[in-house]
Amino acid sequence: MSQIGRKISGVVNFYVDGFKSMTIGKKLWAIIFIKVIILFFVFKLFFFPDLLKENYDDDDARARAVATELTSR
Amino acid sequence: MEDLIQVVDWSRLQFALTAIVHWLFVPLTIGISLIIAVMETIYYRTKSEKWLKTTKFWMTLFAINFAIGVATGIILEFEFGTNWSNYSWFVGDIFGAPLAIEGLLAFFMEATFFAVMFFGWKKVSPGFHLASTWLVAIGVSLSALWILVANAWMQYPVGMEFDPDQMRNVMSDFIAVATSPVAINKFFHAVTSGWVLASVFVIGVSCIIAAKGKNLQMAKDSVKVSGWIGLIGMIFTMWTGDGSAVEVARVQPMKLAAMEGLYRGEVGQELIGFGIVDEKERDVKCKIAIPKGLSILANHDADSFVPGIDDLIDGIALTPQGDTINTISYAKRIEIGKAAQQALRDYEAARKAGDNAALANALERIKANYPFFGYGYFNSPQDAVPPVALTFYAFHIMVIAGGYLLLFLIVALFIVYKKPVWFDTRLARWIGILSIPVVWICSEAGWIVAEVGRQPWTIQDILPVQAAVSAVTAQSVQLTFWLFAVVFAALIAAEISIMVKEVKKGSDREITE
Repeated sequence: MSQIGRKISGVVNFYVDGFKSMTIGKKLWAIIFIKVIILFFVFKLFFFPDLLKENYDDDDARARAVATELTSR
Repeated sequence: MEDLIQVVDWSRLQFALTAIVHWLFVPLTIGISLIIAVMETIYYRTKSEKWLKTTKFWMTLFAINFAIGVATGIILEFEFGTNWSNYSWFVGDIFGAPLAIEGLLAFFMEATFFAVMFFGWKKVSPGFHLASTWLVAIGVSLSALWILVANAWMQYPVGMEFDPDQMRNVMSDFIAVATSPVAINKFFHAVTSGWVLASVFVIGVSCIIAAKGKNLQMAKDSVKVSGWIGLIGMIFTMWTGDGSAVEVARVQPMKLAAMEGLYRGEVGQELIGFGIVDEKERDVKCKIAIPKGLSILANHDADSFVPGIDDLIDGIALTPQGDTINTISYAKRIEIGKAAQQALRDYEAARKAGDNAALANALERIKANYPFFGYGYFNSPQDAVPPVALTFYAFHIMVIAGGYLLLFLIVALFIVYKKPVWFDTRLARWIGILSIPVVWICSEAGWIVAEVGRQPWTIQDILPVQAAVSAVTAQSVQLTFWLFAVVFAALIAAEISIMVKEVKKGSDREITE
């Protein structure tokens, strides 16, 4: 294995061993994992669309939509 | 119109809920990372096993707080895109650039050094491990810097130009944005208040540990380290708080007037320590006040004038040098704002028609009237007044709680150094434990002052909330509000439950030399 390969493998092992030896960390990672799934795959996907990105094709159309909003309220 | 008011109110409520919950975690992360770094430095110098175990114990609580709190801030960005899309677009890269720097910095520094901090005890040299712990502490504060730069820009927009073609504010001077005095002050105030919060947390938890009797020395050592960090943090927080008051007097005088429930100002204005706001009578009843206090606080001059809400509406204000001047009244600002908006309409029409002369004329009028663009959304000067009672009470809760915490930290240090037997009393421990919620109330109250006091603006003078909000239905915002409330309640319950278990474990397991 080349020197770079050994270094990469060392870094990977560092993380793998670290994760394996965790005690409370496993519970914390589970919480982070569930939270991220809820945030990105439930909230972001179904409840929080980026309205301007979804409703308009390009930046000029978005700018004109905002201009209409800001001059009609 | 009714629906727009509901959308604005629910969107604000949702943003407030998210920001308040996010801020439960952030200051603890900022402060406790510093405390851990100091503890590990003591271990590095003394090689004492007890300091290693003490460091590891607090590191576990840090990890719990970090894990539960991480990504709660991302929800704010979701809300920008959905509930505040006009605002999101309008602020352009000014808001995006600092947040992007924050994201990159946080990712690289925290992913790298956080891992070394937790996984590297036996894998890297003690010096490298210590450096990693310090870099995590510095990294979390630097992450806060960019968020606070973005927030400060909303309170004091500088270094930008409005481009009507893009319908965005375009950054023209990054240095002006990054080094705005409001941003610098806000950064140090928020970070050092995080030191105070974490210190009081560590002292409170140490009181719980001490009560079990097995790790009394660890508890006392922890109180010593956190007591000093807390006291230094408190001195800096008070100093930067004073700086904030001067900045607010200069760039957001309406917020300062609301903080003090001041409707008509005077030369040598008193500072209210306690009182009951009567918004109908436009007065503060049953007040206890310090003569000339507000003039000193706002202008560092006991005989200076501090304008009240009605003075500002009438157009009386202060120059940055602290001189009283007659400036533009709010009624006039509304006229100017409406002229700016008409110019923007004309610009859009000229753009469609391809009429270059009309375009140039409209652009000139937009530029001339843009500083008061947002006032054009108001029908009355009163629309530009923030909720006075909430701002007033939040400010006074923050100040009173801050005063208590200063005393608490001094007494904690006195006890642990001079009267350690007092630390063994139930009274001292209960005071320590009960001070934990006080410091969080103080910290959250500070943000309520900053954010409610600047209402109705999302960007000071440029964009009020009713223009910033998206064209969505109130029902959709209500639904997501309650969804968040459930998720946040679960996260807070998880944090408290896991922390209590770990503290109990730490209390039951003896830590020896």
